[in-house]
Amino acid sequence: MTATVKYDEVEVGQELPARTFPVKRVDLVKYAGASGDFNPIHWNENFATSVGLPNVIAHGMFTMAEGGRYVTDWAGDPGAVIEYGVRFSSMVVVPDDEGAEIEITGKIEDKLDDNAVVIALTARSAGEKVLTRAKATVRLA
Amino acid sequence: MALNRDFLGRAFPPSEPYEVSRVKIKEFADAIGDPNPVYRDAGAAKAAGYPDVIAPPTFPIVISLTAGSLTDPELGLNWAMVVHGEQRFEYQRPLHAGDVVITEATIGGIRSIGRNERLDIQTVIRTVEGEHVCTSHNVLIERGV
Repeated sequence: MTATVKYDEVEVGQELPARTFPVKRVDLVKYAGASGDFNPIHWNENFATSVGLPNVIAHGMFTMAEGGRYVTDWAGDPGAVIEYGVRFSSMVVVPDDEGAEIEITGKIEDKLDDNAVVIALTARSAGEKVLTRAKATVRLA
Repeated sequence: MALNRDFLGRAFPPSEPYEVSRVKIKEFADAIGDPNPVYRDAGAAKAAGYPDVIAPPTFPIVISLTAGSLTDPELGLNWAMVVHGEQRFEYQRPLHAGDVVITEATIGGIRSIGRNERLDIQTVIRTVEGEHVCTSHNVLIERGV
């Protein structure tokens, strides 16, 4: 498959539409099961606070997955991702009732050979940057 | 607690073969809330040019940290204090249902950052036929108390 976004129609500096992804405790329980990461800091508030965390926190990989979804939805082909990396700079704190939100924005940072572009991502939750140095390289049509 | 520096540079034996299944991919896609049909409908995936349903880009994490490597008590990693520091994947192609893969993990770095311990792990994912599919670079941080 090829991406639906055309390389020639993308410019360096172009901003991608922002999106917000909600996170509830049940999402973390599902993610724990699907990923095999059952660290109790992601689902047990008593445990999380006992090890010095403010509350249950989302798996970093859950946040990274939402960033991946942001990129693949935009590009139109999940198989078009060549490289994807992030640094987890802060925690997504997920209270029991209200949950949390992850707001993601993206910008075309570079255009490479072979129709590849580098997308720089930002992800915030409760005003904190939860991902830094987040970049995805995607091959466009 | 300081991690055992003897593990620096250690390459772990290849994992047992892991079969990427449609059910696991769908479970993972459901868990991240991604409704894309190429993750759950083989017909849609084939129409898009793939042999079967493909896995989301972060799916390889499922098989990146399972190598017995990190649970060895000699390493001294306290999982209760571990947070994920960085993660990067390099893809040759997406994983798809039917792939049978083997992972090989290497500890590329162990160092102290203030009171924390930083552990760098590289995991190469290949099919049993030897095709390189993906490389995963993990950085784990064990928080100091």
